[in-house]
Amino acid sequence: MAAVQVEGLSRRYGEREALSGVSLSLREGQTLVVFGPNGAGKTTLLRVLATLLRPHAGDVSVLGCSVPEQSWAVRGRIGLLGHEPLLYRELSARENLRFHARLHDVDAERVEELLACVRLEQRADEPLRSLSRGMVQRAAVARAVLHDPELLLLDEPRSNLDPAAVELVDPLIGAASGRTRVICSHDPGGGLAEADVVLGLRDGRPALLRAAADVSAGEIGELYR
Amino acid sequence: MSATAPDTRAADGAERTAGAGATGAAGEAAAVATPRRRTLSVVRVLLRKELLVELRTLESVPAMSLFAVTTFVVFHFALNRNTVDGDLAAGILWVTLLFAAMLGVNRLFVADADQGGFDAFLLAPVERSAMLFAKAVALLCYLVVLEVVAVPAFGMLLLGPSLWHALPELIGVLALGDLGVAAIGTLVAALAVRTRARDLLGPLLALPLLVPIVIGGARATSPLLVLGHPGEPAARWLATLGLYDLVFGLIAYALFDFLLED
Repeated sequence: MAAVQVEGLSRRYGEREALSGVSLSLREGQTLVVFGPNGAGKTTLLRVLATLLRPHAGDVSVLGCSVPEQSWAVRGRIGLLGHEPLLYRELSARENLRFHARLHDVDAERVEELLACVRLEQRADEPLRSLSRGMVQRAAVARAVLHDPELLLLDEPRSNLDPAAVELVDPLIGAASGRTRVICSHDPGGGLAEADVVLGLRDGRPALLRAAADVSAGEIGELYR
Repeated sequence: MSATAPDTRAADGAERTAGAGATGAAGEAAAVATPRRRTLSVVRVLLRKELLVELRTLESVPAMSLFAVTTFVVFHFALNRNTVDGDLAAGILWVTLLFAAMLGVNRLFVADADQGGFDAFLLAPVERSAMLFAKAVALLCYLVVLEVVAVPAFGMLLLGPSLWHALPELIGVLALGDLGVAAIGTLVAALAVRTRARDLLGPLLALPLLVPIVIGGARATSPLLVLGHPGEPAARWLATLGLYDLVFGLIAYALFDFLLED
């Protein structure tokens, strides 16, 4: 079964077309990595799949539900890790995660478990604004997987993370998590290594859509020229 | 899980009930009770977060209170009078409270818009109206604190007649006004916060909608602040305020989902 099915997706911001004619299919458990220069439409694609933006044309199905008609049925099954951590700076990591846990009807033990996973227990009660960007990103990873989502939408998920932190979060958002993933990346080597399917975007249009095994790092590099 | 329900409110409830595995008569009872309880619980969670963020940042309430007290001082000197009463006193009180409230309205959704709280909320399987209720109650709390500071300050700085005898009725009139400000303020703040000109758009939209509350509030308050023979607030103005609160409460409830969605 396709976890994500997109046919002829278009999305505009005013007059500007951010996405146009994007089609793709992703099976359960697979990883789609989206490459493309800044402004190519990667984040817009993630936000449409997350049901935060409505498609202006085309058919989008996420986890078997048509978007936006059945968006209500998908919410709570998606984990989004975007450029913003979606956490309140004045609250601590623990308070933020407990807040999200209650929104998703998740037990408080899960919060403690995740704080331990991302090694934030020691500073879990400090306001987020006093933590480093890497620590905030670790808290954001914990927030994204708190409710054990079936689909992860990750926008440059390892940005701000040092190698040790990358190892910490990989069991949660990496291939080992076993979740269906859509990842936006600028790292051809790392992105290709974890991709099953590669989508290249340029000016909102698909420039490349192929199985990762058939794509070379050079082709990815071409997208940025 | 129904795949065809078009209404998000009904659908959210149906989904959660199905998830809980409710069956039979007990299940049907639970089907009604569970989403409602869950929504109330989400409102509590959102409200707690709201008040916690305000306690930590102190961005709204101190500014609102300081603005009100400063305005009374300005009126004191601008009118060149030591005391006011009746219509003038009621007008000064309500206009000052209205503008002070606008400071809180303008800040109501800023943390959510700037720090991604909207997106996080939209991704959660909860009813959108929970945020409306939580924000409106939070704004109501801010207004109560504002009035706890501003009304005694008004009594000391400007008001001629004693506030003490009018206080029970005044609290009732203020409460009716606060409900309307909370409903309209939350609706307008949700609309304005996603625009680039939110600081301008909020007051521009809110002030015309809040004028009937100022009129009703001031007319109902005026008899309470008459020197010598304070009267009762006119029932028709109280009824007007109540009706206005109800109408805008319903409008806010009906529109809020659409304001949060793309």
